[in-house]
Amino acid sequence: MTRKQRRLSMIAAAGGVLAVAVGLILFALNDQIVFFQSPSDIVGKTHPDGQRIRLGGLVADGTVERRDGAEVRFSVTDTEETVQVVYVGLLPDLFREGQGVVAEGVMKPDGWFHADSVLAKHDENYMPKEVAEALKGKGVWQGEE
Amino acid sequence: MIVEIGHYALILALILSLVQSVLPVWGAVTGNDRMMAVAPPVSGMMFLFVGISFAALTMAYATSDFSVLNVVENSHSAKPFLYKLTGVWGNHEGSMLLWVLILVLFGALVAAFGRNIPTELRAATLGVQGMVSFAFLLFLLVTSNPFLRLSPAPMEGNDLNPILQDVGLAIHPPLLYVGYVGFSITFSFAAAALILGRVDAAWARWVRPWTLLAWMFLTLGIAMGSYWAYYELGWGGYWFWDPVENASLMPWLSGTALLHSAIVLEKRGALKVWTVLLAILTFSLSLLGTFLVRSGVLTSVHAFATDPMRGTFILGILTIFVGGSLALYAWRAPLLKQGGLFAPVSREGALVLNNLLLTVSAVAVFVGTLYPLALEVVGGEKISVGPPFFNLTFGPLMVPLLIAMPFGPLLAWKRGDLYAVSQRLYAALGLALAATLLVAWLQGVDRILAALGFGLGIWVIAGAAAEILSRARFAQVGLSTGLRRLVGLPGAAWGAALGHIGIGVTVLGLVAATAFQVEKVVTIRPGESVTVADNTLTFGGLARRTGPNYIDDVGHFDILKGGVKVAETDPAKRLYTARKMPTTEAGIVTFGFSQVYVSIGEVHDDGGADIRVYHKPLVTLIWLGCLVMAFGGALSLFDRRLRVGAPKPARQRMVPAE
Repeated sequence: MTRKQRRLSMIAAAGGVLAVAVGLILFALNDQIVFFQSPSDIVGKTHPDGQRIRLGGLVADGTVERRDGAEVRFSVTDTEETVQVVYVGLLPDLFREGQGVVAEGVMKPDGWFHADSVLAKHDENYMPKEVAEALKGKGVWQGEE
Repeated sequence: MIVEIGHYALILALILSLVQSVLPVWGAVTGNDRMMAVAPPVSGMMFLFVGISFAALTMAYATSDFSVLNVVENSHSAKPFLYKLTGVWGNHEGSMLLWVLILVLFGALVAAFGRNIPTELRAATLGVQGMVSFAFLLFLLVTSNPFLRLSPAPMEGNDLNPILQDVGLAIHPPLLYVGYVGFSITFSFAAAALILGRVDAAWARWVRPWTLLAWMFLTLGIAMGSYWAYYELGWGGYWFWDPVENASLMPWLSGTALLHSAIVLEKRGALKVWTVLLAILTFSLSLLGTFLVRSGVLTSVHAFATDPMRGTFILGILTIFVGGSLALYAWRAPLLKQGGLFAPVSREGALVLNNLLLTVSAVAVFVGTLYPLALEVVGGEKISVGPPFFNLTFGPLMVPLLIAMPFGPLLAWKRGDLYAVSQRLYAALGLALAATLLVAWLQGVDRILAALGFGLGIWVIAGAAAEILSRARFAQVGLSTGLRRLVGLPGAAWGAALGHIGIGVTVLGLVAATAFQVEKVVTIRPGESVTVADNTLTFGGLARRTGPNYIDDVGHFDILKGGVKVAETDPAKRLYTARKMPTTEAGIVTFGFSQVYVSIGEVHDDGGADIRVYHKPLVTLIWLGCLVMAFGGALSLFDRRLRVGAPKPARQRMVPAE
């Protein structure tokens, strides 16, 4: 095999692998990403079945209700709209009423947001960034700029 | 006083790094020996001064000197002594100081152990290392000075973020940084080679041990971080595809590729241009990781504080070094001469395939990590790219890599015979198929994907074992000579085999822990039981315990197998009093390679608690595989043929022959 042929075969192989990878990436970006939404983005809209959403906002005061079997129900609010969330599992250590939270899951036709994961801020200084920005957008941000 | 000495030493190191950036490189280009001779001693002095600076900050932490702002913000007098020390790098400023310490350490190591490296190459390498050091020392002093005083000094500090008060964190950052920052030296070697316009087999021989050293520590650092997240965060997850994790995975992927392409360059003189590019890219990815983690563009446990100035500064460093080195590459790389020819089916060809798949998978991780950020910057929608994306892109790229892995080391250089190699892998293939069928039979045919994954892990392990056994030639020389041959094989051969076996072991752990894990979330009251797999956990109730700087609500569980008590565990809900911050202390019991994992959530008034219980089969293999990989790296590193400073064959030939 001459140098030129060798180089061509290598370029072809590299191009092939790269094409497969680009295809995979584009397909995954189309299909597997999750949009971040606030309660105002969700309420009153229809949601395709099974579309995954990251819902961010504050845990509304006085709405956390625990049931047996580690089921928890609470409401997430951005002070304009409120979405009811149901979640089975352990809540993060820093989950508290009045604090920022991000819940990931799907909106079901029963009007409840069924979360399969719930994230809360990591420490006093940390609020999920998306939540902070959504709240700034609503003009109810109280932390530092 | 000690604190001021530390500050002063850091400034001296900055000035020295400026000298280092200019004189040796200039000397190397103009052939001035006196200028080049500056490099080694200055490297040693820079390490000494940054070392003094680091020691000074450590002293401030050890003595809880609350007149230092950094100590006030991240320490507390009641904190256990070990965590006072590790708190030095549990914050932005301190961890950047550690970063710089390791940067100059590598310069000093090359100066000390690189006596056989040609003077020009060594001087230019240390010079480039000096430039990187200068940039980061400047960053440290201008934006992240850990030695700022606070007046009046408060009586007590704010304590370290509780989830960082852990033995895992004591060792995770240093390991990770030695890996991450260690790639700076291969970058410097590459830049130096481009400046001098010379890349040959000897260059690869000098670069490979350093790549190997950095790679080993990066492997350990990633494994340690993953295990830390697993037991400390209480979610039972070991890899979240979090941008910060990806930031360490990307240099690992390209570093692994570099490790392999350097072999081709060393043995066959081929892939010069590519290897140099890979060395540049690997450290660029390390820099990118530093930018992502330190700039605060990502909010995570690693972003200690956000200061836009820091982000801009690191972005500047990133642009200058990545842009500069790539420009140098574009200008000088065409000068490098072509290397040896090889057929597509050959050892070289296999290593090219390895490089192709590793770099492309690094690209997939890169896109998944940066796409959400890029989209946000251009004002698009806010999205999150999670595990499904990476499973769909990274996973399929790893499968061909794993399938091809046993073939590579068995193929001959230049032109290989795929059919002959396949014959030597029949036993491995048989074992892999047997494992697949066994798992499919035990777990049900609907778990066929998991069974195939398991078989793939066995294939990689058995393939590597077949390769090392075939080198001993048991069939030809008999058992005892064969064993002697096996033990006498060069460290590099064992290193490569163990590296591959380690990957296989990790794959087994990942497949088993993902596919066959059993999880239960229940509310449990004292005296009640819950069963996962063949383990029954009986809850004995909660008790309160007080630690040095926290209060624990400890739950007691007896673990029974077949009605017999075999172990007990005490997971806890912990409240750190200084920051009023709760954490979850998981209870983990290891049986063989599998683990039972319990964490406590909400505690009820009637003495009950919400708990999450997992049975994670073979989960420890994930990290044991990484240890095996790193051990393989160490064996390879101590191979006489690779050792820096090992006598050259030429010198031995000088002994007069009869």
